Amino acid sequence: MASYIESFRFGEFVGSVLWLVFWILIIISLVGLPLIFIVLFYVPLPPLGDEPLTPYLFLTMVVDPTRTVPIAKYLIHTDLFRVAAFPGFTYAALFAAVTIFVERKFLAKMQLRYGPLYVGKIEGWLQLAADGLKLISKEIIIPAAADKPIFWAAPIAFVSVAAAAAALIPVAPGWVVADIDVGLVAVFAIFGFFPLIALLFSWASNSKYPFIGGLRALHQIIAFEIPFIISALSVVILAGTLNLTGIVESQIASYWFVFFLPISAFVFYLSSLAELERIPFDLPEAESEIVAGWITETSGMIYGLIQLGTYLKLYVLAALFVVLFLGGWSGPIIFPEEIIPGYTGEKIYNHVTLSAIFWFSVKTFGVIMLFLLPRGISPRIRIDILLHTGWYKLIVLSFINMFVALALIYGGILGPEGLLVR
Amino acid sequence: MATLEEKIEETRKLGLQVVKEIEEDRLMTLSVGPQHPGSGHFRFTIKVDGDYIVYCDPDPGYVHRGEEKMCEYRNVIQNIPHLERPVIHDSNNITYSYSLAVEDLMGIQVPRRGQFIRAIASELNRQVYTLYWLAIYGIFLGHSTMFMWPAGDRELFIDLLERLTGARVTHAYNIPGGVRNDMPEGFKQRCLDHIRYFEKRLKEYEDIFYNMPLFRQRTEGVAVLSKEDAVKLGVTGSVLRASGIPYDIRKVEPYDVYNEVDFKVQYMKTGDSFARSYVPFLDMKESCNIMRQLLDKMPESGEVRTKLQPNPKGPPGEAYRRVESGRGALGYHIVSDGTPRPYRVKISVGSFRNLLALPYLLVGNKLADMPAVYWSLNYWPVEADR
Repeated sequence: MASYIESFRFGEFVGSVLWLVFWILIIISLVGLPLIFIVLFYVPLPPLGDEPLTPYLFLTMVVDPTRTVPIAKYLIHTDLFRVAAFPGFTYAALFAAVTIFVERKFLAKMQLRYGPLYVGKIEGWLQLAADGLKLISKEIIIPAAADKPIFWAAPIAFVSVAAAAAALIPVAPGWVVADIDVGLVAVFAIFGFFPLIALLFSWASNSKYPFIGGLRALHQIIAFEIPFIISALSVVILAGTLNLTGIVESQIASYWFVFFLPISAFVFYLSSLAELERIPFDLPEAESEIVAGWITETSGMIYGLIQLGTYLKLYVLAALFVVLFLGGWSGPIIFPEEIIPGYTGEKIYNHVTLSAIFWFSVKTFGVIMLFLLPRGISPRIRIDILLHTGWYKLIVLSFINMFVALALIYGGILGPEGLLVR
Repeated sequence: MATLEEKIEETRKLGLQVVKEIEEDRLMTLSVGPQHPGSGHFRFTIKVDGDYIVYCDPDPGYVHRGEEKMCEYRNVIQNIPHLERPVIHDSNNITYSYSLAVEDLMGIQVPRRGQFIRAIASELNRQVYTLYWLAIYGIFLGHSTMFMWPAGDRELFIDLLERLTGARVTHAYNIPGGVRNDMPEGFKQRCLDHIRYFEKRLKEYEDIFYNMPLFRQRTEGVAVLSKEDAVKLGVTGSVLRASGIPYDIRKVEPYDVYNEVDFKVQYMKTGDSFARSYVPFLDMKESCNIMRQLLDKMPESGEVRTKLQPNPKGPPGEAYRRVESGRGALGYHIVSDGTPRPYRVKISVGSFRNLLALPYLLVGNKLADMPAVYWSLNYWPVEADR
């Protein structure tokens, strides 16, 4: 509950606001502006028409709309923008933030309670920001016997590896940070780092429960890696390429692969849950058995970074599911070609790309909801049942659908000049 | 199936072996509790060999409050509020058998309406306790919905008890001679409404929890306590009934009005973790049935309490009475020397009896089964410490 100062004086309030404005102005003019100029001096700027763009001209884009559109267009095609903002980190982190909010409210509705309610007035939508501030302001406690360099490095590595995986996801035609020919293999290669990080961190904590949790994480992720890869392999057989953009394009050319490979999709979904360490596969963090598993010794922002990494991972796996089985960005074009009728200037946006992004986001969000669902309805599984499921049942299931995929290709139904290829 | 003697012998041998193996650095000792999220106010030390538990040493006593000694310095009425502290979620049952024993000692007859109200309050509190227990069982298995639902539905009975007694959790309602006050108006109808709603919810619990394949996989056939072992270890309540012995104090030793109620003793034959977690659930169902009958047969009006003198005292002697609480037989042995204060009060609780089975059940199971087995024993650490 909010508490108010008992002797509230309006004059003091105005004074404090003025004081704040004064400091903001001082900091901007003395630190911010010089910094912007230094950055702009070193960043190569595009030629604008016939004149080369100087930092001074660049700043005029704020007030001159004729310069704004070309400069913005140039900027959103730079690598920096792609890595930092749109198909890269910010987009994924935004997804993670929305996921956390929706998870809380969704789970609360399932369990007949309210969930976050007060922070931000409307349905507690600022709760995540409050939690983030709390985590930042908390003390980071490192066990005395911990291996300090690895203890610090592991959470940062966790987030960066998750963000690296996000860089490989094609969001719309041409909108991908790294469009490489072995995209799918690269995703698996990057995901191979996670058990290593968990084990390193648990070892560095030098504590009993994290150690057990780390071993569990290792067992679990290795057991589910194989069905995970084999189920994706049947998609590769149908698409004939490892490039993620190519996989989406081959689905646009025929139909979504989930119709041909439902078992693979199911296996992929289960393995992703295990990869994410979510209920029912949250054994590495089983709180009633091993306190918090491999993240027992985390505190403050170290915990926050690992949570951020986990939700980035959730986004990547959901997006990968969409790319492999649900046709990526395919969908009808819903945005009009022009917003303003009769506008003849330079095109402001590409309606095809925009609707592709829209469909991709909607599908990804649907899959994320599927990932959230088991948390409300399922208890935790035991490690021997988990290993049995991973090594025995799921591998067999994913092989079944691989043969289905081969039959579809050799039966001439899909593949080059297949019956169902439009 | 090894007999109990073999198991005890085996455990003793393992204990000796453990000393040797620690030197070889083969086993890992885990201290579960009192700060562990899966223990409560209680600690047990376990030794694991890989994923298997080979040794378990329960260590209760973190919340020992000397209830028995405290009883010797207060008169029989003053004892009530502190005697309910060990199990505040089941406070009507823990004061029930105390009141019965004191009434035996002093030769007090409780009015008929008072007896019915006591029984109803006892059943309501059984539901409150069992729902709380079930909520914790749910979260111990990682099932967060099963934590929230019973914890929310518990409010139904807490609301009823609040109307009846004036307090949400610690009621201090049963006193020697009857109950503190009569039922409020409209209580009967409200109670019936809540029971009807609750029976619907019980079906949903069964669907989402007990019929869940993952839950069954985890608990069926885990930590089996055979009929003979159960008797030898002296476990009670739901743990005993889960092992195939239909033993319920309400049936074998009916107190107050329970001989007028028609109910079945719920029991299962398998004796595994699943049975131990399912029997309290069946008890809740049966308890709804009992409450309906009690509300139906209760006299419409009358006294609820036999007024006692201030500082009541009876003739010297001793009395032992027990009731079926949420965790099994809960008995009081009271010795009086003729003064207003009891000479000695001994509380016999179900929790402590059930704790005895823990080392034998845990050994040989996996670490992941530890919370499922531990909490299925219907053990309430604070009550065991008294």
